[in-house]
Amino acid sequence: MTAPRLELKGVTKRYPGVVANNDVDLTVMPGEIHALLGENGAGKSTLVKFIYGVQRADAGVMKWEGREVEIPNPKAARDLGIGMVFQHFSLFDAMTVEENIALGISAELARGDLNSRIKEISASYGLPLQPDRYVHTLSVGERQRIEVVRCLLQSPKLLIMDEPTSVLTPQEVEELFKTLRRLSGEGVSILYISHKLQEIKELCHTATIMRMGEVVDDCDPAEETARSMAEMMMGKNLMSPERPEGIETGAPRLVVRNLNMETSDQYGVDLHGISFEVRSGEILGIAGISGNGQTELMDALSGEVPVDDDDSIIIGDKTVGGAGPVERRAAGMSFVPEERLGHGAVPEMTLWENAFLSGATRKDLVKSGFIQIKKSSTYASEIVEKFKVKTPGVLNAADSLSGGNLQKFIFGREILQDPSVIVVLQPTWGVDAGSAAAIRQSLLDLAAGGAAVLVISQDLEELFEVADQIAVICQGRLSRSWPPDEITVDEIGLLMAGVEADPGGEAHNGEAGGHAG
Amino acid sequence: MLVRLENRGEISKAMVYASPFIAVVLTLIAGVFLFALLGVNPVEAILSFFITPISTLDGFAELFVKGTPLVLIAVGLSFGFQANVWNIGAEGQLTVGALAGGGLALLFFASESLFLLPAMAAAGILGGMAWAAIPAFLKTRYNTNEILTSLMLVYVALLLLSYLIHGPWKDPDGQNFPESRLFPDAGILPVMIETTRMHVGWLFALAAVATGWILIARHVIGFQIRVTGMAPMAASFAGFKEKRIIWITLLMSGGAAGLAGMVEVSGPIQQIVPNISPGYGFTAIIVAFLGRLHPVGVLFAGLLMALTYLGGENAQIEMNLPNAVTGVFQGMLLFFLLAADVLIKYRVKFGGPKTAGAAEGAG
Amino acid sequence: MPEWFIPFLLSVVTASTPFVFAGIGELVVEKSGVLNLGVEGMMIVGAVSAFAAGVTTGSGPLAVFTGAFAGAAMALIFGVLTLYLLSNQVATGLALTLFGLGLSALMGHGMVGKTFPGLPHLEFPLLEQIPVVGPLIGTLLLGHDVLVYFSVVLVIAVGWFLNKSRAGMVLRAVGENHNAAHSIGYPVNLVRLLAVLFGGAMAGLGGAYLSLVHTPLWVENMTAGRGWIALALVVFASWRPARVFVGAYLFGGLTIMQLHAQGLGIEIPPQVLAMAPYLATIVVLVIISRDSALVRLNAPACLGKSFHATG
Repeated sequence: MTAPRLELKGVTKRYPGVVANNDVDLTVMPGEIHALLGENGAGKSTLVKFIYGVQRADAGVMKWEGREVEIPNPKAARDLGIGMVFQHFSLFDAMTVEENIALGISAELARGDLNSRIKEISASYGLPLQPDRYVHTLSVGERQRIEVVRCLLQSPKLLIMDEPTSVLTPQEVEELFKTLRRLSGEGVSILYISHKLQEIKELCHTATIMRMGEVVDDCDPAEETARSMAEMMMGKNLMSPERPEGIETGAPRLVVRNLNMETSDQYGVDLHGISFEVRSGEILGIAGISGNGQTELMDALSGEVPVDDDDSIIIGDKTVGGAGPVERRAAGMSFVPEERLGHGAVPEMTLWENAFLSGATRKDLVKSGFIQIKKSSTYASEIVEKFKVKTPGVLNAADSLSGGNLQKFIFGREILQDPSVIVVLQPTWGVDAGSAAAIRQSLLDLAAGGAAVLVISQDLEELFEVADQIAVICQGRLSRSWPPDEITVDEIGLLMAGVEADPGGEAHNGEAGGHAG
Repeated sequence: MLVRLENRGEISKAMVYASPFIAVVLTLIAGVFLFALLGVNPVEAILSFFITPISTLDGFAELFVKGTPLVLIAVGLSFGFQANVWNIGAEGQLTVGALAGGGLALLFFASESLFLLPAMAAAGILGGMAWAAIPAFLKTRYNTNEILTSLMLVYVALLLLSYLIHGPWKDPDGQNFPESRLFPDAGILPVMIETTRMHVGWLFALAAVATGWILIARHVIGFQIRVTGMAPMAASFAGFKEKRIIWITLLMSGGAAGLAGMVEVSGPIQQIVPNISPGYGFTAIIVAFLGRLHPVGVLFAGLLMALTYLGGENAQIEMNLPNAVTGVFQGMLLFFLLAADVLIKYRVKFGGPKTAGAAEGAG
Repeated sequence: MPEWFIPFLLSVVTASTPFVFAGIGELVVEKSGVLNLGVEGMMIVGAVSAFAAGVTTGSGPLAVFTGAFAGAAMALIFGVLTLYLLSNQVATGLALTLFGLGLSALMGHGMVGKTFPGLPHLEFPLLEQIPVVGPLIGTLLLGHDVLVYFSVVLVIAVGWFLNKSRAGMVLRAVGENHNAAHSIGYPVNLVRLLAVLFGGAMAGLGGAYLSLVHTPLWVENMTAGRGWIALALVVFASWRPARVFVGAYLFGGLTIMQLHAQGLGIEIPPQVLAMAPYLATIVVLVIISRDSALVRLNAPACLGKSFHATG
């Protein structure tokens, strides 16, 4: 038997208050596609940062092709033949593709005619790239190609891919898998980090499952079910949200008609003619790859960026297109932005101050210009109690809470203000499974209580779980919507990629932004 | 690595308050070396700098004379700094406030009206506000960096002052000195303690501290300012208007600096001269940071900084040390403070990464 | 050609050169993602140190070197505080300026009233003898002190470094996205520290030029806001070296023009004329900043943000 390409023994890494990796063992064979499976915060990223030399471990041994090695920095890793594609790409927007690639490889390798070598290798692996383009003009999928090509130029023996598919359409995922299988066939080992079980079953030869910083099991994904792997990953039985039966949808609560907006972000997307409506008791899900106008749509709906046409957004019977967040809250709307720390909450401020942040008016927390501290604290305590937020008290700062707990606090803050319309962006991104389930349940309950709910999310599983109607946003345009049982994942994937689809065999009018409901 | 910083994971409240004291101690230690370098007896120099000036009633009262403009300006600046609005042109706003308030006294130089002083104070505040309104307008309308515009306007204000006292406002009976005539009695701030120069301007400073404290701790405006500074996106989420915060903080700091200018010319100086302020507008920046951008902290920091002015003057007289030592002390103090502030978020660790730790779940 | 014209052009060159040095230094600093507002402080300490060294030793090169070294030493304080102790860059830059003004006054205490003979000039006697255009060419291009030529070479070198060299590419990458640069394996803070030191040395050199050539004597607060104008120049130049050079000469020209206007007996009070460079700075900033999207496109994306690697 050949020596393993990579072998880790007893890797341990501690941060203040947290053990990110505890005595982790891992073995990757040549040509093997090896999954590293675990929830957010299970310690996968910490482990690969150690392998790639970005971080040092407190203890542990790494063997490369049977030989013990020390990797002080990424350059040393690259010299051994380790390449890495980061989850948050390590790219420079204002620089060209060629410059980006040159920065990620050794100086010797970058010399000479890099431009044509990029074209050559990208063509041979079916990853088309134009070396002179600026990164900020490229799609997310193209950006990932830069990272992959950057690794391939160094003829790696081990390729680490950190959550590579979270930003890709189902079709792009297929393309990526083809490339990875081919590399595996050429003898390249691939360490594939993911929490997506279906993908791992489809692609990987073996899987190592991590939980709370420790390896809990190794398995052959082909022989497991998605459910059995999920239970190993989470350590408990999965709880599916209960969808209350027999909800009658009522009158439209949120109506958006021909919403147009120019983005203020230099790398953003303009919104074109977006139209939809959400009825009382209904949950509308908007799918799409991030960077297709979701942030802009959220800004326009929350009023953080008011739009020119006042009639293009209607809450209840009030036109609010030109209004700011304060007026929209007064009209009955609540919103939860994607970024928890720094957008939905002020990291350094206490929980009661963060409760005051959006609840000041609707919870009547201001008296002639002065903050009612006691009343605000009571409100914050109520949120903590009702939404089971784990915290010592409301005098603690928001950034002392874990991601899931803070997200529960933010959801609680908005829900307890009794909104008639709520708009949420990526509600469970980076949240542990328990909190995610609680958050999804609270959205279902809110709709059952008669609110109109709009969920904008990249997570298709999530949308299929909660939404009554699903639409897709691509390049700032919104498709019409379908009930989840009338459209397949593949069809949504095509829409996400901007390809015209004809789901359910219905005649599709081809017009961007047909009405939902 | 021998020394490294480790994130505490949260803010250390104790260090927030301790770091100014650490900075003062370090400055004194550095001061000893500085004096030794200058070839004077360090102990004698430190005494002459920090103790002798306030050992008499006169000297002690002088602390409040110098402290008044510093505290007034720094309270105003601390609002802006909390909101990441960097008005560093307080010296210019002070100058224009002095010109506006003082101009009124010169205009009514024969007046005996009780309303002259309040009118001068109002003019001073408005003058300072007007000068600060320029960067506010340019920032909100044209997105122009307020640091650079407010600073450029300092030079413009100083040249304006120079022009006025060399030209139209020169004392007609003053043997061609570049000075205005003396203000009328009705335009001079009353003295609080007989035989000293301590005047009622100090009460303005105290009022500013009290108002500032209430605003920042309890009022919605203060809350909006703090959120805007700490997390601009969260401020936008809450619906606070950024431009409004920029206007409010610049007008408040400009008004306070303008009042300080009026207090200077109608209190200790009593006429308009080429050098109205020995850099109070800049020193107040240090005062604001040293006072933790909190009005009460600013009160004490202002008095400490006032002492460095007195100390510099005294050391010049007693030990023939250059007056510039004051500026060096002030600069060092701010450096040490900024350095000590790292302890608020991080703790210093010696030796390699620690190997023992509480076993809690990741993430 | 009026007789004042050649001296006028000469004095424009002298007045502009400090802006070139300070501006190009700060440009490199900002390209690495650091905003050092202490240019004024580093410049004035450079000015007084260079002057002190020049007067004591009588050596021009030594004086120039001392000025650059003093500027870099000041920058080192800033670099350690902001990069390793993670202090706020705006506050620390202000502190550097306040400290520099105080320190320079202290150091220059005994220097007031002394003079320095100036730096060696490069002479090209043959070229200047060409009739009519000779003197003009001579004035524009030849016969300046060595630092003027160095400033031109510097601008070209920095332009080449940033756009053509691998090290310059790394520096831009660090200023663009420090997290990405770190995860690829570049030492973010070391790159930034080197940039900050270079910026300090150049600001010191600009200061040295002021006290050794431009005036040439030591006066308290003699930089008179030039460091701040240099900061504005970098914005004006949209972070491009050649434009810093052009901007520096525009401002240098303006400073001299207001002096000459006074000399020509124009009926405007001298104080009002002296406001011109400061008002012009504001006007220029307004024009450049009006389009916020454009500024964001040109500015290094990580400008002013601290970087602390976890672990």
